[in-house]
Amino acid sequence: MTQLILEQALNGLQFGLMLFLLAAGLTLVFGIMDCINLAHGSLYMVGAYFVAAAAQAADSFWIGLGAGVAGAAVLGLLLELSLFRQLYRRDHLSQVLATFALILIANEAVRVIWGPAPLMLNPPEALAGPVEFVLLGDTFFYPAYRLLIIGVGLAVGGLLYLLVAKSRVGMWVRAGAANREMTEALGINVRALFTAVFVFGAALCALAGGLLGPLLAVQVGMGESVLILAFVVIIIGGIGSIRGAFIGALIVGSVDTLGRALLPTLLRVLLPGDAAATLGPALASILIYLLMAGILFFKPQGLFPARA
Amino acid sequence: MAFYRPAPWQKPLALVLLAVLLALPTVLDSLDQSFYIGFATRVLIFALAATSLNLVLGFGGMVSLGHAAFFGAGAYVAAICQQAGLGEALLALPLAMLGAGLLALVVGAISLRTRGVYFIMITLAFAQMVYYLFISARAWGGDDGLALTERLRFAGFSLADDAALYYLALGALAVVMLLLGRLAEARFGRTIQAIRENETRMEALGYPVFRHRLVCFALGGALAGLAGALLANLTGLASPALLQWTQSGTLLVMVIIGGVGYLYGGVVGAVMLLLLEEVLLGFFSHWHIVLGLLLLAVVLFAPKGVAALFGRSRG
Repeated sequence: MTQLILEQALNGLQFGLMLFLLAAGLTLVFGIMDCINLAHGSLYMVGAYFVAAAAQAADSFWIGLGAGVAGAAVLGLLLELSLFRQLYRRDHLSQVLATFALILIANEAVRVIWGPAPLMLNPPEALAGPVEFVLLGDTFFYPAYRLLIIGVGLAVGGLLYLLVAKSRVGMWVRAGAANREMTEALGINVRALFTAVFVFGAALCALAGGLLGPLLAVQVGMGESVLILAFVVIIIGGIGSIRGAFIGALIVGSVDTLGRALLPTLLRVLLPGDAAATLGPALASILIYLLMAGILFFKPQGLFPARA
Repeated sequence: MAFYRPAPWQKPLALVLLAVLLALPTVLDSLDQSFYIGFATRVLIFALAATSLNLVLGFGGMVSLGHAAFFGAGAYVAAICQQAGLGEALLALPLAMLGAGLLALVVGAISLRTRGVYFIMITLAFAQMVYYLFISARAWGGDDGLALTERLRFAGFSLADDAALYYLALGALAVVMLLLGRLAEARFGRTIQAIRENETRMEALGYPVFRHRLVCFALGGALAGLAGALLANLTGLASPALLQWTQSGTLLVMVIIGGVGYLYGGVVGAVMLLLLEEVLLGFFSHWHIVLGLLLLAVVLFAPKGVAALFGRSRG
């Protein structure tokens, strides 16, 4: 039981950190430019495909990851310059429609280029096995690759924190999220700043997609489910807040993972077998949405609103 | 956006269209193309669903990305009624509207506390929640959806014939359009449009803004439930795919290309999108690329939609 809980807690942490990579870009795009980007999940999908294709071509996971992230950044740059610049000043409805159109195009284009079957992406061989470690006298096993994901997630999270909280560019980004006009009036080129943020967000998407590729299948439609989770994260955390995205991602990641793993068992103790068997999976799958509804009910602006 | 006001020739045009649609099954039969009656029914049902979203979006000004939840819930209520032996459409359809409307009431009561981007995302999240709830409920078929063993009966008459279901869908759409046309010019419709234009001002004038919005949202949900129940009868299945968020997106696309806030916007959009799909799929199996590019063109070059060309508005 301890092994199970520890394992699921680590899985939750890993999932939460990957969600953070997605939510970080998304929350800044929302926060600074007030632009809703449904195609953020498509960048994640396309990034994962780039990584998988590059890794197959180069026969190396690491080269594939680097090339895929760079490719997604270039794609993000092209999208920002050609389309998103036109969308900032439009209403939310136009943004929803245009980015929904991008999802349709991205899904179909991926199907045309790589076919309908999922792509395989193998983890680096050195990290394929489990790691053994001792805690409180017990021995635990945990896949090395998942530990790597946790490490990378924490490193990127820390880097992002330093960048946003301590650097000059990060100060501009925060200022832009809090009050865009004032920031512009102070002589900051918010437009160029936003291009940079968008490209950075696209690269983070590809990083998350590439890292999760060996664990989940790289397939058409993988972006949509994760996009909605990223939405939940930034709603809970508060739009425009990196800190909120980090806390929200960890909450959503661990509640979702632990809920799915433990809730059915827990309910079986409390309820008769039949009711527990039907209620358990249903409740586990909607747990994070209930959590979100609850948080919004008490704090409609999320936990850490960027605009006070 | 200005208050909705029908063009003087809108009503005669609608009546002519109704006459054409009434004759359609007979014409298709005589041309030996009765296969298309089913397609025409689908178009009518989606026109109803898109119109229900247009009430929320165009008149109420609420950008909801979770409308599929109510559409799908209506389908499920109809299927559950049919399985429980309640095969009368005069009972099952109102129950589907009631179920979907109540769901919309609950979702709206929480979501309408938020604004802007938050509202878009929270409606989306609630729709996902409903989706996951239905696919994990084994009693309702889970991933496979809930099949109807036979179509409902309307006042004792069987709807097994495609033309009968077509006329039911046409009747439902005609009644809804008539009532919504009245509603848009009635006190409630004026108030809800005024709230869309300037919420603070309406609040200051003493109008119960939240309550008006909630009623509008629930009404839209109930009408979507009606459309969903009809669709379940057409396809014989209450499918979880109806609840998917891409379905919400599709309905939104219909409303926007048709014309947000124009009474017939949803109808025009549904007809255009489904016809386009039918035609393009014949040539090109990857028609979504074409659709996506068309949508981008609409957003960038014709943001007011097609029905804007047919309506008149007062500044």
